[in-house]
Amino acid sequence: MTTSSLESLLAAKEIVVCCGSGGVGKTTIAAAAALGAASRLGGKVLVLTIDPAKRLADALGLEGIGNIEKKVPAEAFKAAGLEVRGELWAAMLDTKQSWDALVLRHAPDEETAYRILDNRMYENITARFVQSHDYIAMERLFEIHETGRFDLIVIDTPPTRNALDFLDAPKRMAEFFGGRLLRWLTMPYRVGGRRGARMINVASRPFYQMADRLLGSQFLQDISEFFLNFQSMYGGFVDRANAVERLLHDRRTTFAVVTTLESAPLHEAEFFCDQLMRRDYHLGALILNRTLPRYLLSSEGDRAAEILCGEAGPLGAQLAETGAEALADPARDARVLKTIGESFQNFAVVAKREAELRAELSRVPEVLADVPALDSDVGDITGLALIANSLFPSTSARRPG
Amino acid sequence: MPSPDLLGRRLLFFTGKGGVGKSTITAAMALLAAEHGKRVLVIEVDAKGNITDRFESRPVGFSPREVYPGVFALAMDTEASLREYLKLNLRVPIVGRLGPLARVLDFVATAAPGVKEVLTIGKVCWEVREALEGRADWDLVVVDAAATGHIISQLGAPEAIRELVAVGPVRSQTEWMTDILDDPALTALNVVATPEEMPVEETIDLVGRAREEIDVPLGAVIVNRVLPELFTHADEEAFDALCEPGPAEVLSGRAGSGVTAVIDGARLAVSLRRTRATHLSRLRNEVDLPMLYVPYLFSRTHGLRETRMVAEALSNELGL
Repeated sequence: MTTSSLESLLAAKEIVVCCGSGGVGKTTIAAAAALGAASRLGGKVLVLTIDPAKRLADALGLEGIGNIEKKVPAEAFKAAGLEVRGELWAAMLDTKQSWDALVLRHAPDEETAYRILDNRMYENITARFVQSHDYIAMERLFEIHETGRFDLIVIDTPPTRNALDFLDAPKRMAEFFGGRLLRWLTMPYRVGGRRGARMINVASRPFYQMADRLLGSQFLQDISEFFLNFQSMYGGFVDRANAVERLLHDRRTTFAVVTTLESAPLHEAEFFCDQLMRRDYHLGALILNRTLPRYLLSSEGDRAAEILCGEAGPLGAQLAETGAEALADPARDARVLKTIGESFQNFAVVAKREAELRAELSRVPEVLADVPALDSDVGDITGLALIANSLFPSTSARRPG
Repeated sequence: MPSPDLLGRRLLFFTGKGGVGKSTITAAMALLAAEHGKRVLVIEVDAKGNITDRFESRPVGFSPREVYPGVFALAMDTEASLREYLKLNLRVPIVGRLGPLARVLDFVATAAPGVKEVLTIGKVCWEVREALEGRADWDLVVVDAAATGHIISQLGAPEAIRELVAVGPVRSQTEWMTDILDDPALTALNVVATPEEMPVEETIDLVGRAREEIDVPLGAVIVNRVLPELFTHADEEAFDALCEPGPAEVLSGRAGSGVTAVIDGARLAVSLRRTRATHLSRLRNEVDLPMLYVPYLFSRTHGLRETRMVAEALSNELGL
């Protein structure tokens, strides 16, 4: 069905954007893919993560470092018994820090930059304006890519209502800065002074009347002042947003959609795949995370579970006769047999549902990767390496040397 | 901790990390309330417009429609909310003309901090106030609210607006909202989690932040998808013993080669449960709120049947 491997995909690309709905394990998959690439393909690989679980952050050495990229020390791999040819780097996204850096870069002069940074609207807008997280993540990606320091960047996307919002973020940001709206917002300032009132554009009058009634004029003035300063960054900002947009469409960038085999996340994943293709992004891989083992689907297992449940009594008596101390109580043995038989049947139902959903997958990109459910959470390099093995099955089977 | 009297309130918010089953729990709570004779309004805030799937009903818009006997649903739409607000509160005479209105909305949605949130939360509070003052007949409003990352700014929006906007109708309009939101007799913010690392961490974090940053009273934590405990300690010893070659042969002699799969399946179930148990105990240690447990549903069902099963679990947990 699929001919390519994740390994060859990652070898050919410079940026991998992992997306998917909340709770499917995007962050872990992104980190594991980066580790896999660093160990098998070599080179400098960066995983840029948004909001890692604490133990994963610790494992990657991300504790308390914010925006700065940091190399995962070689000792961490040695301790996990891994040989890593390349280097694995990790960074977290600090939205506030990234915004500040952006303002400092694009403001015409330092004074304007600090007028913006000190405005009380600023923090509100950068912190509360949800879409700003989407934009800033893509902006950071662009910035790091531009430095050319890494052979491969794997980025985890922020949790948003619609996991594809980040794709529109650069364009929306450019539109916002270029739009009439911003000009209106800054109107009272630009035309201020004696002649001010008369110069206000006729078209903006209803807007101001309404905004005034809704919010009061002080608020309007505060916000106008803020946007007037903000607008000074217009040129740089729009160019930048357009460049970010181009990078996402570039041949060097690919998207990996992550999902579990549950109906809601999977439907959303299929929607993402569809949208990505429709908008001409390169959809490289669909990664099915936390799939249940195939043995749950075996008909022998089904039959055995049925017999263990149905004949728990006699089988329990037989077990009690084996002489094992822990099996001396036939009633307990029977109970245990019934329990494990039922548990198998329960999990088999879920596994069958997964198999059905898998069979229904309509659009499958070049690479379809399967990551089995692990017994425990991934909180260390060893766990990431296990996932990397599932992501790169061909190489994990290859003998070393 | 005693079971919280959730059905005795008038406004219940359900938040949680994405993917934990927030909408299912919200729908189940609505169904449970309806089965106790209440008239319930479900508001879907994170409008994917599909909470009605849980009732096997078609999607709803901004005007409520009955999706199950006693359960009405509406999907939040901030533009419609603004239009309604202007019509009701300011008698702004442009309701028919969408042009300028759309631009104002653009402005409020993209630029002004908190205004989109306040339009959302305002609509929710407005429905509750209408009911309290006898103009609407909702006994209970349940909200499939924003996810953990965004709920604090949403619930804190009326307060934030007050800090930013010194005067004007918007400011005064936020006061009655906080009166409803902060009243423990009326309102409860509930958090849905699953016994996994990130949902548990986000729940702990959210409960802390909610106490610090907003005055909305907390209700309960609903722990969804709890795996059953397979064995007692003694039973587990028996299980380990029957995995040994001798006893295992006895079993496969009767039940065939599939016994290996059954044993592997049981091991997987035990370890999955064990990992989750550590997260669950961390949650219990860190959060001093009533916990309601909803078991993992192994069934193949979706839609209304699933909602019913979850409602039944909630009913047991609430001691109804």
